[in-house]
Amino acid sequence: MTTADVTTVGLIASLLLVAVAITLSASQRLGLERDIIWATVRSLVQLLFVGAILAFVIDPEQPLILSWGWVIAMVAFAGVVVRRRTPEIPALLPLGLLAIGAAAGVTLVVVFGLGVFPLEGRTLVPLAGMMIGNSMNATVLAARRVVDEFREHRAEVEARLALGQSSSQASRRHLRSALRTALTPQIETTKAVGLVFLPGAMTGLILAGVDPIEAVRVQAAIMYLILGSVATTATVMTLGVGKRLFTTDHRLIDLPRPAERS
Amino acid sequence: MVFEFDNVVMSGANGTKRLSVANLRLPAGGMTVIVGPSGAGKSTLLRLCNRLEVPVEGIVRFHGRSLTDIGVLQLRRAVGMVFQEPVRFAGTVFDNLREADPDLDVAAAAILLQRVGLDPSFVDRTADELSGGEAQRMCIARALVTDPEALLMDEPTSSLDPSATRTIENQALALTAAGMPILWVTHDTAQMNRIASHVVCLINGRVAYEGTAAGLMASDEPGIAAYLAEQPS
Repeated sequence: MTTADVTTVGLIASLLLVAVAITLSASQRLGLERDIIWATVRSLVQLLFVGAILAFVIDPEQPLILSWGWVIAMVAFAGVVVRRRTPEIPALLPLGLLAIGAAAGVTLVVVFGLGVFPLEGRTLVPLAGMMIGNSMNATVLAARRVVDEFREHRAEVEARLALGQSSSQASRRHLRSALRTALTPQIETTKAVGLVFLPGAMTGLILAGVDPIEAVRVQAAIMYLILGSVATTATVMTLGVGKRLFTTDHRLIDLPRPAERS
Repeated sequence: MVFEFDNVVMSGANGTKRLSVANLRLPAGGMTVIVGPSGAGKSTLLRLCNRLEVPVEGIVRFHGRSLTDIGVLQLRRAVGMVFQEPVRFAGTVFDNLREADPDLDVAAAAILLQRVGLDPSFVDRTADELSGGEAQRMCIARALVTDPEALLMDEPTSSLDPSATRTIENQALALTAAGMPILWVTHDTAQMNRIASHVVCLINGRVAYEGTAAGLMASDEPGIAAYLAEQPS
């Protein structure tokens, strides 16, 4: 079995491409050189750091509880990211944690309950990471979309409220539209998979020398899990954010535009 | 009295007072026109009447009952509102009217359209195809679906041409003649002079004048005089 061992020399060689990016930025006066260098150094340090901890956490000698602890930390971190990216919505952290935690929980129960993968640290952490990462993106997208939808269609929502409709009636079609927007990228990705690009897990497996058919099986299982968890989080999030944008007496709260970034 | 305001205070986002109304009684009939320069708090006053906004202090009453004692959805069905820009929902005029009552039938819809001077054939028209004036009349008809006891109209003609404006004014006057009290917000004193039976003038969030249109026009109170001086003659 040939495996794609990346030697230190190989890693340094791949940095040549970063040098290309820096050169392009300098020649086109994009002013991104420092950002590129910072991103490169930071990602390397982060990955080395995470790799070192992960090696310890998912070591078969260590109790599985360490891996679960890692999963919980990922959920918490994802919740904080969601909160930061949608500052207009009150009390979003608990909702974000609930949505992401629920999706991760449900999918992990399915994966390990049905024996799709064996329950070990080396399966739990990366699988949970993929669910949580994708759910986090879907959550941010759904929350942002709901806020923008209500901001754009405030007149329509208030006209419905003024007719005596409840906030859930007045917001229904806008939430539906936001949810559709939030789910579309994942559905499109699922449709185009294999034709346009090979997803990360499969690429990784093939690079690591696993038989492509086996890689496809793993990838398909992961993809359906991601689709499921993204749909779950986006739905929980859309409905939850929809509720939080109204007061209990059916008024749409103020949604000031965040200050323009220069 | 249709609406009463007691020591009502509204504050803006930064804690400044947007509106402060110590004592205001609005008559239960006729056309009460709320005038004043932009930013004076006219729309806020109107939106307090159907609880699209709530005061930070004070009490608003509808027919003597505090708004907080009335279910908000019930209140909004009893107090119709027409907005500055006509809000068209997707679908036909009939679909639009049914947003206010899903059980509304075509015959009832036709009667409502006639009340605002639209031909019953409009029920099948797509709302997006209507002119601004027609759409605003559809909005009035939609507000009438719930059989309200009062109507709030927030600069309902500001986006319309003079002829459509007159049509809406006349439709509104016909409604008041039939017993429907209307609160009408405008910054245009010429419009006030055409339609008002009672006038409230707001300046900087306070009631600067209450009485007849002629009385307001004759006022020499400095804030009012400055506002009147800005009006096109």
